[in-house]
Amino acid sequence: MTKADIIENVYERVGGFSKKDAAQIVEAVFDIIKVTLEEGEKIKLSGFGNFVVRDKKSRIGRNPQTGDEITISARRVLTFKPSQVLKNALNS
Amino acid sequence: MTKSDLIEKVAAQLSLPKGKAEQIINCIFDSMEEALKAGHRIEIRGLGSFEIRRYKAYEGRNPRTGDPVGVNPKRLPFFKVGKELKERVNAGATDAPAPAASADREPEKGDTSRPAAAVDPTGKKPRNESKA
Repeated sequence: MTKADIIENVYERVGGFSKKDAAQIVEAVFDIIKVTLEEGEKIKLSGFGNFVVRDKKSRIGRNPQTGDEITISARRVLTFKPSQVLKNALNS
Repeated sequence: MTKSDLIEKVAAQLSLPKGKAEQIINCIFDSMEEALKAGHRIEIRGLGSFEIRRYKAYEGRNPRTGDPVGVNPKRLPFFKVGKELKERVNAGATDAPAPAASADREPEKGDTSRPAAAVDPTGKKPRNESKA
């Protein structure tokens, strides 16, 4: 499934606007989500899951090829935690 | 940001009635849930991709009592952040360097406090997902 399929669904199921409008709306929804996450704020979508921005400390890692020790710098990462509802839906 | 905050923001930004914005957002995530249920992969350019990972049955333990418990095989969604968003999220951390908080604490709304994160010299991706 790609964004185009989602746009198609929104156009067919919600209706009331052109396909071009549907595309713009879906694009806007994902843009708002991205900007919010970029600002470090989490997104909680009940029934689906939470997108959480986490700060990771720097740590010592290894180059698995050479075995050399390297420092993995501190970073901010995005994780997705599926909701129990979604997990149940996938396993029913 | 919760789903209702997202609905309000979308409604305001696109001058849509709130009810319409709600229908649209529900439709988007319902579609995604359907795809995952069908075992399909989802790829949203600029955001990331979702796929279903299958986990085998294993013997777990009740962490409180230590009793062994059988865990059934299961399917779980796995989200992999896209390259662009991954970089944008990490760059967000460099905007406002501030005293470090506990690594486990989630940043509050608008909180961008964290030491600047340099670009990873190794090009390695951090791995924190669970294994099958």
